[in-house]
Amino acid sequence: MKVTLQNLTKVFPGRNKQVSEDVIAVNDFNFEIPDGKLIGLLGPSGCGKSTTLNMISGLEKPTSGKIFFGEEDVTDLSPELRGVGLVFQNYALYPHLTVKGNILFPLQNLKKDKKLTKEQMNEKVEYVSKLVQIDELLERKPSELSGGQQQRVAIARALVKMPKILLLDEPLSNLDARLRLQTREELRRIQKETGITTVFVTHDQEEAMSISDMIVVMNKGVMNQYGAPQEVYEDPKNLFVAKFLGTPPINIFYGSVRSGALYIGKTEVMKAPGLDDREVYVGVRPEGFIINENGPLSCDLERVEVMGRDTSIVARHNYFTGAFIRAIISSEDAPRSDLKTVSFSLKKNKTYIFDKITEERLYLEN
Amino acid sequence: MNDRNYKGFLYLLPALLFLGIFMVYPLIDVVIYSLEEGYNFASGNFNGYGLYNFKYVLHDPFFIQALKNTSIIVIITVPLSTLIALLISLGLNSIKPFREFLQTLYFLPYVTNTLAVGLVFMILFKKTPYSDGLVNLLINSLGYSSVDFIEGPYAAKMFVMCFYTIWIVMPFKILILTSALSSVNKDYYNAARVDGTSRFRIFYKITLPMISPMIFYLIITGFIGAFKAYSDEVAIFGTNLNEAGMNTIVGYVYDMLYGDSGGYPSFAGAASIILFVIVFTITVINLLISKNKVNV
Repeated sequence: MKVTLQNLTKVFPGRNKQVSEDVIAVNDFNFEIPDGKLIGLLGPSGCGKSTTLNMISGLEKPTSGKIFFGEEDVTDLSPELRGVGLVFQNYALYPHLTVKGNILFPLQNLKKDKKLTKEQMNEKVEYVSKLVQIDELLERKPSELSGGQQQRVAIARALVKMPKILLLDEPLSNLDARLRLQTREELRRIQKETGITTVFVTHDQEEAMSISDMIVVMNKGVMNQYGAPQEVYEDPKNLFVAKFLGTPPINIFYGSVRSGALYIGKTEVMKAPGLDDREVYVGVRPEGFIINENGPLSCDLERVEVMGRDTSIVARHNYFTGAFIRAIISSEDAPRSDLKTVSFSLKKNKTYIFDKITEERLYLEN
Repeated sequence: MNDRNYKGFLYLLPALLFLGIFMVYPLIDVVIYSLEEGYNFASGNFNGYGLYNFKYVLHDPFFIQALKNTSIIVIITVPLSTLIALLISLGLNSIKPFREFLQTLYFLPYVTNTLAVGLVFMILFKKTPYSDGLVNLLINSLGYSSVDFIEGPYAAKMFVMCFYTIWIVMPFKILILTSALSSVNKDYYNAARVDGTSRFRIFYKITLPMISPMIFYLIITGFIGAFKAYSDEVAIFGTNLNEAGMNTIVGYVYDMLYGDSGGYPSFAGAASIILFVIVFTITVINLLISKNKVNV
């Protein structure tokens, strides 16, 4: 099922005298979630991603704008009529019911012509519990399960009624690092197997990048960029998106454009055809540095960290916005660690220029 | 015993001492009193040990009346007050405006003096030369004749008593239940809503199991409290409860000790032991039931 958000806006009115300002949680959202895809809503906390998810589920009513499932306008439909499955961040498994009881719960709610017989229910429970691999645990109580198992039960409960759309709120945030890796692969597999359009919310860019078909990067209630993960990574539209995606994060320098060339400090680092003179930020991905003795960007070498195949160079530069530059290069090119300085030239396709005031990306002419 | 244990007991000593003197010793003493036959309060002599005191108490019509009154109060007020408190708490929990105001209002009886509440009930129910009481005015306006709630028929008196008891125990139960209800994570309700659960089913399948430990706590303490009823009866019917036919077991114990016909600690002791056995049995039954039903 395709999901379309049209000018979706959610405003939380000021609560009292102390907090009288309205909070715009979601501001004029427009995008389309293609059928059968896995979409990651990505952004820092408080950016409105959970609110967006809740509006798709129907738990929150949008202040304005519309939501379509396929061609149907569901904006005013209550959650139970939308046919969505929702997995909560804390799983919200009913602690007094067994795993089976939890998974059966949505089925037992069905009424009239949709009502199922006991056998049909058991069949469905068996199917989903096999799908998420918890068929051994059906008689246990949630408190007797590990975090990862609880997560699977929550997904099974959301899937058992065959929702048109599966929504997951920070599905991996309560799991430890190893389980997170494993579960996200699992999530991907389940989504592939069922083909259900899935939207999940996360603040972890790695998580979103690794399993999503498409990601939506949000900040302060505004959608910043929407696209395939690699595409967004390679071609960020503004400074926020560039900074938010990627580990280690992108290196940002203060720079300027003067008569068709890009300067960091007083050194020209590359040509900048087609740009007017102005102050800019220069973003260089860690993999965008090339060791070059005669390279334009000369930095004070702090240390060299060898990590097998790659080597990470930690360095300082006066015009760097943070504390340390982190460059990743192939270990073969690693400089001697006793050197005082290291010089780089920059890869053109890994270097992005952003306007200092608007923080929007500036594109070079080819 | 190693050094640490010894120190631990030293810290506990003051509490143990006080508990021993004021709780454990009297408890044992009551059992001894209840077994001493023909005990004389003045001389401190008695004839020997036996179960005569229990026999006497169990055949005493005043005790039978007290037992009956107490049982009726327990059976009516405990379930009813818990149920009404649950309904009010559910109501309070589902409204937003005036919620705090109403919560305060419902809690007021808890901080009000029993005797002050008794006075209010007098105004509501008591017949005086000037008025038949507010409730009777209401009954009259519906076209029925006045009922003497304080000195009239047994059923009327019992009605007032139960009404009073329910009213006085309600605030605490509402307080406990509203906090239990508000501590249920909203995500459970949201999850249920997304799955299209009906309101009744949400209440029955989610809310009730979630707050069941608190409900059972209230039922158990409710039973114990109701069995120990005495001051509420005095507040409405005065100190001569036997004459009013509204005595309770605790009232009977008091009368046997200090009342006009008092001075019989053995009978009082026997009655206390009987009360203890009843309360103990019911609490054990409660716990057994709750073990199977309550979800923690």
